[in-house]
Amino acid sequence: MAPPSAQTSGSNKKAQLGRFAGYVFASAGALIGALLLIISLWRPEAFYGLRSMATDAASPVGEAGATGRVGSRSFFEAIAGYYDAGSRNAELQRENEIARVRLAEMRALEQENARLKALLDLAEGEITPVATGRLIGSSSTSTRRFGYLGAGQDDGVQVGMPVSSPMGLVGRILEAGNSTSRVLLLTDVESIVPVRRATDDVVAFAEGRADGSLRIRLINLGINPLEEGDIFVTSGAGGLFRPGVAVAMVSEITDDGAIGQLLSNPAATDFVIVEPIFEPEAIVAADAPFTSMQSEEE
Amino acid sequence: MERLNPNARRDQFGSKINRAHSPVLAYGLPWLTILLASLTPLLPIIASAPMVPPLGYLFLLAWRVLRPGLLPMWAGLPLGFFHDLYSGQPLGSGILLFSLTMIALDLIEVRFPWRGFWQDWGVAAVFSTLYLFFSAIFSGVSLNWIQLSLILPQILITIMLFPVVAQIVSLLDRVRLTRVRRIG
Repeated sequence: MAPPSAQTSGSNKKAQLGRFAGYVFASAGALIGALLLIISLWRPEAFYGLRSMATDAASPVGEAGATGRVGSRSFFEAIAGYYDAGSRNAELQRENEIARVRLAEMRALEQENARLKALLDLAEGEITPVATGRLIGSSSTSTRRFGYLGAGQDDGVQVGMPVSSPMGLVGRILEAGNSTSRVLLLTDVESIVPVRRATDDVVAFAEGRADGSLRIRLINLGINPLEEGDIFVTSGAGGLFRPGVAVAMVSEITDDGAIGQLLSNPAATDFVIVEPIFEPEAIVAADAPFTSMQSEEE
Repeated sequence: MERLNPNARRDQFGSKINRAHSPVLAYGLPWLTILLASLTPLLPIIASAPMVPPLGYLFLLAWRVLRPGLLPMWAGLPLGFFHDLYSGQPLGSGILLFSLTMIALDLIEVRFPWRGFWQDWGVAAVFSTLYLFFSAIFSGVSLNWIQLSLILPQILITIMLFPVVAQIVSLLDRVRLTRVRRIG
């Protein structure tokens, strides 16, 4: 197919000028884009307000979609459930019996814990969630891993608050709009979470790899004590995340740590909980502005 | 009197009597579809890796390839801006890449005026690969060459999806020219 004849200007002076003006405008657009890109790479927080406003405006679309996602998933799961109902049932019964025993043990431990804490005069309050909401979307086309949450400043969400699901940690709030907010998911390459092994005190950093897995880097190098299947939980260091929230399970051992699979896959979550910052004083005390904290942690 | 062919008063865009094309529809539909396609991040897909093709960009390519001159040269600025608001990329990366695409496609068109399906697909494949590559570079994260390989599946999906998007666009192009405006 040849282009329309209007495209070939020939000796038509007006068409030539129009074509030239088109190039000028497009180049100007590219220049503006380049400038904005430099600004937003240099100061990532420069356009937060603008983006939050845009997401607020389009959030009904995402909310409807999120409801659909949860609905359709349970629909397919319901169908899949019929296939192995019998064996699944037997398995669950066995698991339930084990879980009952474990629960009794847990109660005993909890009681002992409370007694020991009382001995030490430690006061620990229940953590009340700031807000609950659905993940209404994610930056699924970009290399960055952001999620959009259907709760914002109106619900009390503030920048920096951890976001978790019943399965574990999901990420933390990066920008808070009025009714939506942007979540830095754990798998983003800029996300770093201090973690420890659930069974002992092997401490490490869990860094995102942008492909759905986490890189667990041990702080104490030496003989790598990790094994496949180890569970890592937040250690509470840094004061942002409360300790003891599940993060990842080791799936592959590397030289300086391991590759971990995310425990709370954001795609499988229905509602997520926004929790208050664990130790706000610690964050303030680190006298750098909050947004540049990450680069210092690295 | 000789009877007129009953189809003479109609064509594929609807009745020719008393009806005309709507300029809003004819010029607005490409913009609308590209903007809607840019809202992909609000789809109910929570991806843990970049997998979903940049639909907004694909629609821009498809419209530009199918109907040169319909989108003005400066269309990259507003469309890229809107794309950036939702894509999660730093603001400006979409504006820059969309604008450069508009210029480059125009230059290619001058050089190779006679085109076909394979050339269009080839051009789209090259452009979307470059787009995803530079998006990853501009995303503000320091990726090494091994990590860059994680956009390979996305590039493949994007290239395979282009003919589908082009089909959708050519369908929409027929909708675009339906005679909906009533005259008189």
